[in-house]
Amino acid sequence: MKIVVLVKQVPDTWAEKRLDPDTLTVDRASVDGLINEMDEFAVEEALQLAEKHGGEVTVVCMGPEGATDAYKKALQMGVDKAVFLTDPALAGSDAVGTSYALAQVLGTLEYDLVILGSEASDARTSIVPALLAERLGLPQLTFASKVEVDGTSIKINRQTDYGHDVVEAGLPAVVSVVEKINEPRYPSFKGIMAAKKKPVQTLDAAAAAIDTARVGAVGSWSKVLDATVTPPRSKGTIVTDEGSGGVELADFLATKKFV
Amino acid sequence: MDAARRALLPTEEAVALLDLTTELAEKELAPRVSEYEEAHRFPRELFRVLGRSGLLGLPYPEQYGGGAQPYEVYLQVVEELSRHWLAVGMGVSVHTLSCHALAHYGDERQKERWLPDMVGGELLGAYCLSEPAHGSDAAHLGTRAVLDGDEYVVDGTKAWITHGGEADFYTVLVRTGEHGARGITALLADAQTPGLSAAPPERKMGLRSSTTAQVRLEGARIAAERRLGAEGQGFAIAMDALDAGRLGIAACAVGLAQAAFDAAVSYARDRVQFGKPIIEHDGVGFLLADMATRLEVGRAGYLAAARLRDLGLPFTRQAAAAKLYCTDAAMQTAIDAVQVFGGYGYTTDFPVERYLREAKVLQIVEGTNQIQRRVIARALVR
Ligand SMILES: Cc1cc2nc3c(=O)[nH]c(=O)nc-3n(C[C@H](O)[C@H](O)[C@H](O)COP(=O)(O)OP(=O)(O)OC[C@H]3O[C@@H](n4cnc5c(N)ncnc54)[C@H](O)[C@@H]3O)c2cc1C
Repeated sequence: MKIVVLVKQVPDTWAEKRLDPDTLTVDRASVDGLINEMDEFAVEEALQLAEKHGGEVTVVCMGPEGATDAYKKALQMGVDKAVFLTDPALAGSDAVGTSYALAQVLGTLEYDLVILGSEASDARTSIVPALLAERLGLPQLTFASKVEVDGTSIKINRQTDYGHDVVEAGLPAVVSVVEKINEPRYPSFKGIMAAKKKPVQTLDAAAAAIDTARVGAVGSWSKVLDATVTPPRSKGTIVTDEGSGGVELADFLATKKFV
Repeated sequence: MDAARRALLPTEEAVALLDLTTELAEKELAPRVSEYEEAHRFPRELFRVLGRSGLLGLPYPEQYGGGAQPYEVYLQVVEELSRHWLAVGMGVSVHTLSCHALAHYGDERQKERWLPDMVGGELLGAYCLSEPAHGSDAAHLGTRAVLDGDEYVVDGTKAWITHGGEADFYTVLVRTGEHGARGITALLADAQTPGLSAAPPERKMGLRSSTTAQVRLEGARIAAERRLGAEGQGFAIAMDALDAGRLGIAACAVGLAQAAFDAAVSYARDRVQFGKPIIEHDGVGFLLADMATRLEVGRAGYLAAARLRDLGLPFTRQAAAAKLYCTDAAMQTAIDAVQVFGGYGYTTDFPVERYLREAKVLQIVEGTNQIQRRVIARALVR
């Protein structure tokens, strides 16, 4: 079975982030980049399926030049090879543009299954898996908390607010996974060393036959018009208990509508 | 790990390995240490996590599934683990020690048969030298092994065994011959050997998440093909392993001291008395300066001994000196860290009281610090 797993490099969720005042996008150069957490679950699922059914896993990543940490992590975890799509024309692509670009890359590959995380921790739109499946003309099985592959068909548990639905489709298909699905492995020391020797194919827009008018800030259907920085946390109120501390606390909670 | 230490790592591979160690320590060890220490709970599953990442066979040859790392690098992994959780760092050191006899004194057939599993990450080892009546004076150990056909029949009690009852294999030093050092032999016992059993674990002052237990051998039959080296060679094998093991304990001590130091510095920057952070009072600042100095000197000391070992040069005296210095330094640093925290340091709300309890054991294990002085003094006589 040939599996493609998609990963995205995102700014460290815990780091302080800055918006570039000109483009109103996150200034990615100023923070450490790492693999989107949900994508580690996608990589793990791809590896487990390949271990169980045999086959090969390819990681596909689109990102600015130098944003290599995400696909490298996937290679260290055990993925066989990487395809890295990078082109200045792609900067600022929205979900629609991104799904088009990724679909073009997938057009250059052979696969039975495409796996990706169900959301990225920076934008949190959760829409790329569905857009991508549509563009590829493949069934989409999203928010999977369990995946079973049987010959030419695939069955997932699709996590919902009320429990899960069981969804089945024929292969090839696009699957997005949620964190519940597995426990991603740590790379091994040897995996880290081996990753350095694994094949990485770097593509620009032309190599993936991407029409640059349909991607990047120019080609995007959506635009960020304005952005505001989260106001700094205001200093807490300190109440010195002189007998009435309890009452003051209750009053405070009442004004905040907690009680 | 700070930039200066990273810059001194010998290879790109070592940098990757230490980064991986830090990631594992921060994500898997740090969140659990307090709870496990308090509950006397042994983190068996965490050793598997470390093992799968390749951390349980670092200094052994690649041919047998090891990581082929020099001691200089392997020890810094032990230090980094110990900084987050001493029992785990020391566990890795003891496991590595327990593979030493086979890796260095086993014949090719033995190594091919057992070593890949032992260093492969799923199994855990223990090293059995001490006995209830023979600690420092291990050369007079009394556990008897008598050859019966192609098996040794072993009777005796081993004491203070780290991973006793948890381990999958035991490197056991037994007496097959005359009194004293020349009658000792090394055997590699499987944990499933009938007649081999562990007593309930000791209740310890610290290092509570590490299991320490007596291991009893009652008519335990161990195949003669599991003998490592020749009959009578056991004491030399045990001491050789301990030279390396002592460097492991030195690295553990530096890791623990680093944790105590980091906690003390960060507290001293925040805590204000007499209108300024206590770090700005010389009485406290100088205490921290001494801690920092001991850390630098200790780390440099164990790494110097490790580099001798990596070059194949004698390092017994330097290893003893590193163990002595680093563990005394860790003890003093832990004491001073509690002092910096004042009353808060004496409570279980902060980890420094635990560091203090943990530091003590490092002055005792793998040769007490009196014994280290004896090793150093003896080397000076000749
Ligand atoms: C937590 C823990 C884990 C351990 N893990 C292991 C293990 O995995 N495997 C193993 O084999 N052992 C292990 N040990 C045992 C440890 O190595 C011994 O405790 C140590 O060697 C000292 O032996 P003893 O406790 O019998 O003390 P003793 O030898 O009785 O010493 C008592 C005191 O006398 C001093 N002393 C003894 N002889 C001399 C001398 N000639 N000159 C000056 N002073 C002397 C000692 O320094 C000490 O202060 C462990 C111990 C502990 C506490």
